Amino acid sequence: MEIINEIKFTMPSLSVNESTARAVVSSFLIQADPTVEELSDIRTAVSEAVTNCIVHGYRHKKGNIELTVRLLPERIAYIRIKDKGCGIKDIKQAMEPLFTTAPEEERSGLGFSVMESFMDKLSVRSIPEKGTIITMRKKLSSHGE
Amino acid sequence: MQMEIKNENGASVAMISGEIDHHNAKELRTQLDRYIISSKPPELVIDLGNITFMDSSGIGLIMGRCRLMQECGGRLIVHSPQPYIKRVLKLSGIERIVSIV
Repeated sequence: MEIINEIKFTMPSLSVNESTARAVVSSFLIQADPTVEELSDIRTAVSEAVTNCIVHGYRHKKGNIELTVRLLPERIAYIRIKDKGCGIKDIKQAMEPLFTTAPEEERSGLGFSVMESFMDKLSVRSIPEKGTIITMRKKLSSHGE
Repeated sequence: MQMEIKNENGASVAMISGEIDHHNAKELRTQLDRYIISSKPPELVIDLGNITFMDSSGIGLIMGRCRLMQECGGRLIVHSPQPYIKRVLKLSGIERIVSIV
């Protein structure tokens, strides 16, 4: 994979870092001059993924969340969010709209639906008790498009 | 994130500004529930006009307050969402149970 630019950022699984992750992604991608809508979509998808790590992955413990943002050729924004939490036993079920294992926290079960809708590609890899890696890509429009 | 609840022409209006995510939804939930339970307004308007970011945590917040308002005999209205926030609302299908104006 050819990488034009890349940033790696590790943060503890504190809910205050949901906004930190959004700010890091925005600051990095601004070099590609994305549209306001594209940046909003990516920030929202990142927020959902990081919240999943905090609420589900590290539900009963604290740990680190690793965020990787890359700018790839052809104006592709690449995001990877990795945790070493409890993992997902049934990825298909977890990705069903409105499915949640945390209804008491009023989780709407829409995290993966938002990621799928707001990004072009979404990949979820998970091993129970080992962790989860979420990878997302979005093509940024060219100037003047 | 900041919230102010005031009465306008007989309706209760919760003006929220800033960002709604999982981190601050909890505080909003506590404040709104306290107000709903103590005041039992017939109508509560959540004004999203000054919200700069909202993810699906905001959907959970709205759905939960909608349920509580119904239990208290009132109704919830969501007001002035920005186009970008409308996309999140539409994705959830929440407009089937909450009035969005």
